[in-house]
This record gives sequence, structure tokens and C-alpha cells, in this order.
Amino acid sequence: MTQLDEVFGDQEQRRRDRRPDTRPGRRRRPPRRGVGSRIAGVIGEILITLGVLLGLFVVWQVWWTDVVANRSAEASIQQWESTLPESGDGIGEPRYDEPPLETSVAAGQQFATMYVPAWGQEWSYPIAAGVDYATVLDNGFVGHYTETALPGQLGNFGLAGHRQSYGRPFHGVDKLSAGDEIIVRTANAWYVYHVSDYEIIKPHEVDVLAPVPRQPGVQPTERMITLTTCHPLWSIAERYVVYGELDHWVDPADGYPETLEPISSEVR
Amino acid sequence: MYGLIWRALPGPLLVRILLALLLIAAVVAVLFLWVFPAIEPHIPINEQTVGDLG
Repeated sequence: MTQLDEVFGDQEQRRRDRRPDTRPGRRRRPPRRGVGSRIAGVIGEILITLGVLLGLFVVWQVWWTDVVANRSAEASIQQWESTLPESGDGIGEPRYDEPPLETSVAAGQQFATMYVPAWGQEWSYPIAAGVDYATVLDNGFVGHYTETALPGQLGNFGLAGHRQSYGRPFHGVDKLSAGDEIIVRTANAWYVYHVSDYEIIKPHEVDVLAPVPRQPGVQPTERMITLTTCHPLWSIAERYVVYGELDHWVDPADGYPETLEPISSEVR
Repeated sequence: MYGLIWRALPGPLLVRILLALLLIAAVVAVLFLWVFPAIEPHIPINEQTVGDLG
């Protein structure tokens, strides 16, 4: 405010200077500021600048990273879906037999799309290989721990995603309850998992990703899915983990899972 | 500091205001596109994976 006053004051002063001032004893310039007050002014400006920078950082983190990541996620889903073969138009028959085999892709590449109807019918995010921050997680993707099983296969399909910022795919992780569907679509199948349980763990507890979660070394007999994300919000102290089990799969040539019916035109 | 910048801007008041807004936009763009992404990994508020050295 004082800056602006000074500025406007200056102009006022200049305008007056152009006219000859004949009044005697009139001071032409404002009194000079002392050294102390100048230093205080500079420090004040620096502090205000720091405050504004911090505010901008929060705006960037909370809002802008979402904008960028969501744009990239949507573009990737569209691009990936355009590579898929023609699929069935309608609700596909749930299959409980042996699902098709999946093959791994290069790090950072999308190989599946994820749907969670409990988070909204329009909720969908691409799944890419690897959990690298710069290329996968911060790019709006859900990341696949490549050392874990591929979707639909025996063992544990391990995924990580942001819970806040960068598109925050797993924002609703604490709203999932047992029985909710986690649907993963690959080029070969729709896999419908049912949420079974959740857990809050310390960041080093990697055995949640074991083929049989929490029992490393045990031979898997089930087809599991595990989601990991941060907990609490805006903290790195713990991780929120959700477990699920494969319920059935659907052949894309036959159709799509029943739960996705309302958005059938979008997911086809 | 800001007073100096303001006085260095040329033109009438309206032009100066526009130039100042442009300067602000440029600074925000540099921060959003390069500075913040570069320092964010060093601010531990965002870790989603297990096995991270949290």
C-alpha cells in the first residue's frame, strides 16, 4: 500500500514540478527516509514475498498438479483404448474359470485401466508399469509394483497411487468397504475384484505385497489385489492398504462387467 | 525492491499495470513449471508406496 502511495505521490510531485512553483518555502520533495526505515522496508518486502511463495506452492500442489495429472491420465486412457480390439457391446457373462495370461510391458507404459464404481461411475485411471514418481505416479497414473503379479493372475497384483495431489486417484481409499468392486481392464480381460479388508501400516512393511499378503514365502492359491497409498492425508508417516480378491472376469469380446453398465458408452 | 521495479516500468499508468501483471504471470509460470516440481521431491508430504525410505 505504501509502495503505491509513494508511486502515485511521485507522479503527483512530477506534475507539480512541471509548473513553476512560486510559493516560497514550499517543500518540493518529501523528506528522505532514514536507513533504518529502508532496511525495515526491504525486510518487510522479503517476508511478504516468502509468504506469497509459500501460498503459491500450496496452490500448485493442491490444484495445479491435479490439473496436469488428470489431463495426462485422460489422454493416456484414450490413446490406450484406441489400441484395443473391438469389444462386445453389452453386459458380459461373469466367468469363474481360469483367466487369460497377461504379459508385462515396459516401465512407465499403460497396460490397464482401473474402475472403482464406489468412487463414482466416471472414476477411471490408467495403470502403468512401475511405481516411479516422476514417470508414473506424478503423471496421473496408478503404478503397478512390477515385482508383484499381473492382473488376474495367481498371487498379488500390487498397486500404488496418490491419495492427494497429482490427480489423487486413491483419494477415496478410506471410503472403500468390504465387497466394493475394483475393476481392472486389460487388453485381454475385465477383472472384477472384491474388496476384502484394509490395514494401516508403517511404510517399511513390504510384506503386504507378498503373493499371499502378510505371509511372505507362502505359495499363493488366490488371485489378490493390494492398493497402497499414503496415510494420514498429507503425511508420510503411514500407508493405507486395501486388499481385494478376484471374484470373476469378463471376456471383452463378450461385453463389460455389469456394474459398469451406466457408463457403457464410455468404457466400450 | 518492488518500488524500484515499478519505477523502472515505462509508459503511462495503464501500461505499467499491464506490464506488472505480465511480470507476475511470468514469475508464477516459472514457479509452477520448473521451480516447484524441482523442489517438491525434497518436501516429504507425498509418498504412496511401501518400501519408501519414509
